[in-house]
Amino acid sequence: MYTYNEFDEAFVRSRVAQFRSQVERRIDGSLTEDEFRPLRLMNGLYLQLHAYMLRVAIPYGTLNPSQMRQLAHIAERWDKGYGHFTTRQNIQFNWPRLKDVPDILDALADVGMHAIQTSGNCVRNVTADHFAAAAADEIADPRPIAELLREWSTDHPEFQFLPRKFKIAITGAPNDRAVTRAHDIGLRMVRNEAGEPGFEVLVGGGLGRTPMLAQVIRDFLPQADLLPYIEAILGAYNLKGRRDNKYKARIKITVFENGLDAFKADVEERFARLRSQWSGVDQEILKDIEAQFAPPAFRNAPTDDYEAFRAQNGVFRAWTDVNLHPHKVDGYTIVSISLKKHGATPGDATAHQMRVMADLAERYGHGELRVSHEQNIILPHVHKSDLPAVWAALREADLATANIGLVSDIIACPGMDYCALATARSIPIAQQIATRFEELQVEHDVGPLKIKISGCINACGHHHVGHIGILGLDRAGVENYQVTLGGDGTETAAIGEKMGPGFPAEEIVGAIERLVLGYLEIRRDAEETFLETFRRAGPEPFKGFLYGTEETADAA
Amino acid sequence: MTIIVTDTGFRVDDFPGVIRPLAEIEQIQEGDGVEIGPADDPRALVGVLGQVALIRVRFPAFNDGRGFSHARDLRSFGFHGRLRAAGHVLADQYAMVRRVGFDEVEIDEALAARQPEDQWLARANWRDNYYQGRLRA
Repeated sequence: MYTYNEFDEAFVRSRVAQFRSQVERRIDGSLTEDEFRPLRLMNGLYLQLHAYMLRVAIPYGTLNPSQMRQLAHIAERWDKGYGHFTTRQNIQFNWPRLKDVPDILDALADVGMHAIQTSGNCVRNVTADHFAAAAADEIADPRPIAELLREWSTDHPEFQFLPRKFKIAITGAPNDRAVTRAHDIGLRMVRNEAGEPGFEVLVGGGLGRTPMLAQVIRDFLPQADLLPYIEAILGAYNLKGRRDNKYKARIKITVFENGLDAFKADVEERFARLRSQWSGVDQEILKDIEAQFAPPAFRNAPTDDYEAFRAQNGVFRAWTDVNLHPHKVDGYTIVSISLKKHGATPGDATAHQMRVMADLAERYGHGELRVSHEQNIILPHVHKSDLPAVWAALREADLATANIGLVSDIIACPGMDYCALATARSIPIAQQIATRFEELQVEHDVGPLKIKISGCINACGHHHVGHIGILGLDRAGVENYQVTLGGDGTETAAIGEKMGPGFPAEEIVGAIERLVLGYLEIRRDAEETFLETFRRAGPEPFKGFLYGTEETADAA
Repeated sequence: MTIIVTDTGFRVDDFPGVIRPLAEIEQIQEGDGVEIGPADDPRALVGVLGQVALIRVRFPAFNDGRGFSHARDLRSFGFHGRLRAAGHVLADQYAMVRRVGFDEVEIDEALAARQPEDQWLARANWRDNYYQGRLRA
């Protein structure tokens, strides 16, 4: 894993000192509120509905145990004892006081972390496949590239005041777990016919009120051209992106309004002009970064005890059936720790739970933790013989919910319980759906199903790419939930189709129940997933499940 | 009176020439300055860059970042003269301004009173802690 060098350390310390002084200068009037706002945002500090919120970057979702413990410490000392892991692989603290924030940032710097560019109209935290360097299907580890991009984008002088925020995601595996087509820039690590490493570069994806899938702007970009090419895209966007309407300011609109060909011509002109400014030192730095991501010393051990325990313990077996993912090394597995206990707030973890996960990573996980965009925590390298012990410790900490990828593994934005932009609650809807399906006891029968809930049109809950998407709106002061179906965030990406009218809060859970039970009726067999059934049968039968019963839908 | 900010602090404007708007590009003489705004295309200046002594890039609002790309573009077109960021530029942006190729910042008296010289000098060490400088070398 990457550890800060002297340069990184000096940088974050100087940045904390700058922010400390910016807070003071806001108070003494040197900075107006309008001027202070983007400065605090680019240091991760939001003003929410009830309080400030600090969003801490977890670059490419990778954490070591001491970093996780420090997050627990921050949660206890300066917040209410818990943190919220987000769809951007970050963690949010919902209740910090402004005067404490510089001290929190110092505490983060102590473990090589920061909150830089987790907000604001700049390049945000770069996200990556949460199974990086562990998944069996991987071509290359995306994290060294993501770290290079972190260094490149951090305090980039040209791009701190873009038209709008800018998100980059990268995957090194053909199975896209990083939702690259829903990002401003998506990078897929590929090799050309000569076997040289490079990237398929996608541009102009995004969710929000105008969901669009990214388009290919270069089908093969040599690895050494990455930073100049990304810089050319950003430069073209900085100049051409709209600044008259924040809802039309993302690069997806720039690409759409100018057309991909014209936008690409602009990018290529900039790239040709600026490429020579890069001496190749960045590639030397990349080699140093790659060395830090060397694989751990995997061990060779029998897995008989694991198999035996699995055979005799049904609860353990159910957990292993859904919370494990194939590892590239024999005898190893990838463990997903669900932060989606039925009825709990998706993505929340207490300080105690964070420490338990840190201890497990240290003892059984080669010192690595990941945060997934699906708001769960991953132990990427666990030997199967250690699974009974890991599972027992997780159970004690209330972290052994066996629901990864199932109905109750719901992505939900903070919604109206926290967020100033929200038009409806998300968390309570997620909690009620999860609780309902636990009562029905059909979750494991239903199988893979992604439900994603956003509490407003900005789509932080990724509802457009949920197999079932739920969008909470405000209809004349009453919460109303619209349903979309057939969305997909993977390599077969699709934007979900809107069904009919929405449902009020007290009816949406029943509507989802009818949808899922209806699917069980019409699926070809137990192997056909919800998404496959929707793609085969089309929306009509599902509309029937939603609206065809005597339960009346809201006509709003 | 406007104030010019450089790495050594505040000073008065000593540019002796006239600064023309981009619309008067045809009349530019050796030693003149020219001004562009965020929406202008600096490529319009490529033919006269050898004559122009100063380019003033206007920042009507501190959060309109187009001027940063204009500076980098003008340098990439081969402009070696004086490059000035003018208008609503914050002391907090001084390092960014210098890093993209500006030589100096022009601010008005009200901004200089609100953000006095020491706040700008605090960022005069803009070569330090600079990821971009390290990656390009």
